Amino acid sequence: MVLKITLGILLTAVIVFGIGLPMSPHPQAWYELPVIPGLEEKARIIFFHVPTAWLSVVAFLTSMWYAIRYLRSRDLAYDIRSSAAAGLGLMFCILATVTGAVWAKFNWGSYWNWDPRETSIFVLLLIYGAYFSLRSAVEVEEKRATLSSAYSIIAAVTVPFFIFIMPRIMPGLHPGSKGDPEGAGPVVDFKMSPNMRVIFFASLIAFTLLFQWMFSLRVRAAKIEAHNRQRG
Amino acid sequence: MPPGKPRPGSLLRSVRTVFLKDWRSELRTRYAVSALLMFVITTIAIILFSLGSESASADALSGMLWVVIFFASMSGLSRTFVMEEERGTTLTLQLAAPPAAVFFGKLLFNLVLVTGINAVTVLLYALFINGFVIRTMSIFVVTVVLGSIALAAASTVIAAIIARANTKGTLYPVLSFPIMLPLLLSVIEATRKASEGAFFAEAGGEFQLLISYIVVVVVSSSMLFEYIWKD
Amino acid sequence: MSDAVRCTGRDIRKEFDRRSVFRGVSFAVERGETLLVTGRNGSGKSTLVKIICGVLSPTAGGVTLEVNGATSPDARLHAGLVAPYLQMFEEFSPLENLQIASGLRGMPFDRSRAAGLLERVGLAARLHDPVRTFSSGMKQRVKYAFALLHEPRLLVLDEPTANLDDEGIAVARGIMAEQRRRGALVVATNDPGDVETFERSVDLNAAG
Repeated sequence: MVLKITLGILLTAVIVFGIGLPMSPHPQAWYELPVIPGLEEKARIIFFHVPTAWLSVVAFLTSMWYAIRYLRSRDLAYDIRSSAAAGLGLMFCILATVTGAVWAKFNWGSYWNWDPRETSIFVLLLIYGAYFSLRSAVEVEEKRATLSSAYSIIAAVTVPFFIFIMPRIMPGLHPGSKGDPEGAGPVVDFKMSPNMRVIFFASLIAFTLLFQWMFSLRVRAAKIEAHNRQRG
Repeated sequence: MPPGKPRPGSLLRSVRTVFLKDWRSELRTRYAVSALLMFVITTIAIILFSLGSESASADALSGMLWVVIFFASMSGLSRTFVMEEERGTTLTLQLAAPPAAVFFGKLLFNLVLVTGINAVTVLLYALFINGFVIRTMSIFVVTVVLGSIALAAASTVIAAIIARANTKGTLYPVLSFPIMLPLLLSVIEATRKASEGAFFAEAGGEFQLLISYIVVVVVSSSMLFEYIWKD
Repeated sequence: MSDAVRCTGRDIRKEFDRRSVFRGVSFAVERGETLLVTGRNGSGKSTLVKIICGVLSPTAGGVTLEVNGATSPDARLHAGLVAPYLQMFEEFSPLENLQIASGLRGMPFDRSRAAGLLERVGLAARLHDPVRTFSSGMKQRVKYAFALLHEPRLLVLDEPTANLDDEGIAVARGIMAEQRRRGALVVATNDPGDVETFERSVDLNAAG
């Protein structure tokens, strides 16, 4: 209960401040956000696009973690968690891809460019799609759990090759890629002012809590469903 | 006479037996090889007809080579596991062989198969596709070798997974593609560099990636295989 | 030199898709004994057989195989199985199948012993023909040879006389008798004529 309220307040604050706070070239007051040349108002999307991308990765790692626990214990409760996390991950991945494509259109001219980070999120989407295709192709619950757990682990093992290595080898459009003259870090461009950073990290935390809440709901629902199937 | 107790050397014998069984079976039926050969020939012919008198850029041709190789792999590399399911001999293998032997024996088989097919594909491609030029042969040869090993590694574990599922055919490329993407991007980039005439050292990044990919995939698949294989 | 062998099942439960096949199954069988597994179709005889052979994991409980006092986890080397659902490698001859059998188990191939075994099950005339050309009765005989090559201390037979003619049934009876002397025997069947004597039994009809 407390979690839900905290989450509600936090998320509302993030949305309001992220969209509402004015931007000015020389920010003076605490509530003014700096204008980033080249991005201006479009920079606001960083509060929402990056967290969804972040969550789709978190969900994937969560799914993989539970996959490992399932394989070790053969306890189907872990598989329920693994697939619940994957379902959320798929949703956030779609959101990240879409918000990313919108931003790409406004910033770089076209919806898709095969920039390494765009490719990474696309690959994550493919992995989620493959995961659920595999699950729907196996009828026996225990086998379905085993095979999809194995697949998510193998997929997780190849994903680092993308996230860390590809952007180094191939030039890209995102900040932090090989061709970026600013030479920013791999994940986030830390050229944000302190108040922007507050909103950004608040958003990150808010979204993570949102994920946690949705995840626990899904797990509870799945447990009830499994229970009913056993009875009926 | 008491039966032999498990000795380290005997795992090697099990691996060899699994490999030779698949190999001899293939020699007798020639099922996979002929299907793959026809696939490669047909695909290259299609490319030739689509291009017509047009010429494609060296970049595009580098990419297309690996598209052909990828789909040829999808055609043939699942057979080693799917065949056991179709013939009902999965149980027989589960009963008599250690899971590790099944995995490495079939990995070896896929390795031999994919290397052979890739050699033929590269040959046919180089002969018939105009505009495909390799200036730095050393890069290209290493790329094809490393790429084949990596393909074999990734495809074998996925083949093991889909063999135990219901709709085997279409699921195989769907599951394999995301896993193989780092591999494909690396080999395409390296082939492009070979095509342009870059120095061998310039492809170092791609080779490093391929080698670490191979190691990581083989190690993790061999650990996962026992779970996939046993019921 | 005689090997002591003991196979114990403790409170075995198996579920598929959260539906229980059987539960609370316990048994023990030793050298010189036959364990008879009975149950109507669908009661899980074949499932239990697979669990005993170590190719299927139970949902709960377990099977322990002890050979000479050592708890050997490796049923591959000490158990043999003959069942309708166990297929041979049909593109190969029976002799090649036996070569594969010993190779898979990591053991060197004793060609003369294998040929002798095939002769004993009545396949001397077809040593080199692919199994695919055999009748179902002959395939059953190949399965017996495949299961016996490594002299398993535990022999598990699911429907031992399936597809066999009178001559084949006699061979099977002989094998079962010999197995009782040398090790332990498990027979899963609904045909009362299959087993002459048994010391232990599990009735899966009562374990649903």
